[in-house]
Formats: sequence, structure tokens, C-alpha cells
Amino acid sequence: MTDLTINGKDVTLDVPGDTPLLWALRDDLRLTGTKFGCGIAQCGACTVMVDGMPVRSCVTPVEALEGSDIITIEALEGPEADAVRKAWVDIDVPQCGYCQSGQIIAAAALLTEIPNPTDEDIDFAMAGNACRCATYVRIRKAIHNAAKMLET
Amino acid sequence: MNFIKRAAALTVAALLAQFTADGTAAAQEVNGLKTAEAFEGIAPEEARSAAIFGEMAKVITHPRCMNCHPVNSGPLQGDERKPHSPPVPRTEDNFGVVAMRCTTCHGEENRPFLGESGSVPGNGHWQLAPASMGWVGMTVPEICAQLKDPERNGGRTMAEVAHHMGHDSLVGWAWTPGEGRTPAPGTWEAFAELAENWVETGAACPG
Repeated sequence: MTDLTINGKDVTLDVPGDTPLLWALRDDLRLTGTKFGCGIAQCGACTVMVDGMPVRSCVTPVEALEGSDIITIEALEGPEADAVRKAWVDIDVPQCGYCQSGQIIAAAALLTEIPNPTDEDIDFAMAGNACRCATYVRIRKAIHNAAKMLET
Repeated sequence: MNFIKRAAALTVAALLAQFTADGTAAAQEVNGLKTAEAFEGIAPEEARSAAIFGEMAKVITHPRCMNCHPVNSGPLQGDERKPHSPPVPRTEDNFGVVAMRCTTCHGEENRPFLGESGSVPGNGHWQLAPASMGWVGMTVPEICAQLKDPERNGGRTMAEVAHHMGHDSLVGWAWTPGEGRTPAPGTWEAFAELAENWVETGAACPG
């Protein structure tokens, strides 16, 4: 049993402690916005916020999360998240969309710490979020656009 | 009955003593690393000390240690010492970049991959060694001199350097690196003993 907060709700996960958070989210809580990509913390599709920091849920066992505060793509909110969502829609960032929940989580986390990131800031921050449709140019553009929205 | 118990206990004690004696004799090298005992016959002490450091270098220059002691780059990874994937530059806090800190992927322990063999390495202290403690590309004598230099070793005394080597769990991780990585030679205990002996004998560096 693991007690934690997921998307603002107190949750007790009655699963074996070594269950990856990703499986608990998708299979037990039906929060399917978070995706399975590679399973080896290389692609970023499974990224969620844990205590305010992006974390790869595919390699994070629930037993490591006792008392943690988890936010998934379904509940990501705040000015940075709002700006990222709008910027994403404005220029149609996604192609197939599979990786985008992880991309958006990482982009919002970046803007929370660096409100006006350079190309280099973006490239390094997003380097762990792969996109097989190669939407990287639009992702970078949308993050710059979101940063501009946050200025006003 | 008491006699039998006592006799049995004495027999076990004798066997254990024998085992220890044999074990000591056989323990001049453990898992590819000579133990401190193997250097006891070397004189003078300075030569012994330098020889001990030469043995410690088998651990220090192993990928498990070197990969997180880069000089100019970000971390390396794997037994082949490839650049870390995804790419991570060295940052001021030695802890990754915004939105991709070390803890984005590395937990407090090694964690298994999902769906295939292998693991993401982890430890509660997971981070790069500071740039002043970079080793990649340096010779063993250069690394030795750096370890002794308080300007570059984090202001540590030699006793503190030995303590770090023998007690910091991130150093100890090198012998339990998880599936997919070769452990450092020897054991953590043997390495810690070498470090203590190196410092006790004057922390001399190989020439």
C-alpha cells in the first residue's frame, strides 16, 4: 500500500511496491494521458511531475513515492501550462501526438524555472523527450511563443 | 551432554580459526584488486604508499567511477564510456539541466527497465563530481595529486578523502551498479582499506 497525492486527490495504491508508477496511473487509475514509450527512461513519453519536478514514471516504483505529490498531464495547470497548451494549439505542434503529454510536462517545467529560455536552454531541457515525428522545430517555436505569452 | 556441546563448540571455533587463517592467506587479492595486506612487505613506506595508490587506481579509473568524473564534458555512461544519453551538459550545480535534473531519471537505487533487461543506475547522492574533481584524460599521478589538493578536492583533509572513499554510498554504488554494468574491481571494503592504508602511509603518489 502506498499513500500519495495524485492530481490533488489523496490516493492509496494497493499494488506491489515495485509496480512502476506508469502502470499504476494507466491501469489502476485509468489516467491514460501518460504514455509508455521506451520503458528505459530514454524517451520522456511517461513524464509526470513528482513534487514539482519532471520524473520518468516508467522507471519509478510506487514504493519510492510514499507521501509524494504527483501531477499528470490530465491535471497540469498554472500560467506556464496554460501558455504551453495555447502555444501548442496555435501552431499545431503535434503530429501523431503520442509523445506530447511528456513534451508539454517538460516544456511547462522549463518555463516555470526559466521564463524566457534560449534555444540552448530548450534543446537541453527537452533533449530527453523524443518525438518520432520529429516535431522538434515546432516544439522549440511553441516554447518561445509560450514564453512571449507569459511576458504579457 | 554439556561436554558434547562444549566439544562441538570448540571444534567449530577451531574450524573457524582455520578458515580465517586460510582466508587471510588467500585474500591478497579479491575480485581483481589486491588487498592492503598484499603491500605489507613493501619498504620504504613511501614506496608502499605509492604502490597502494597504484592499486586504488584500478578502481578510480574504472568506468563506474570515471563516468561521473568528467573534465570538460557532461557525464559518460556504460562500460564503453559513451556520452550520456540523453545529452546532459555539466551545469553549475552538477545536477543536470532545468526540466532534466539527474533525478528525472535516476532514483535512490538502481531501477529495472520495463520490458527488457538492464536498469537505470541510481543512488541517493547521484550527481556529477565537481569539475575540479574531473579525472577523464588525466594520468594516475595527476589524479593522485588532485585528490591531495584541498583546492581541488573540496577542501577535504586526507582522512576525509579516505572517509569519502570508504563511506559515501555513491562510491559504494560502484560495486553494486545494477544489471547491465560491470562492477568496479575488488570490493568496497577492500578499496576502503586500501584508501585508509594509503593515507596512513603518507598518501604518496606514484611517479
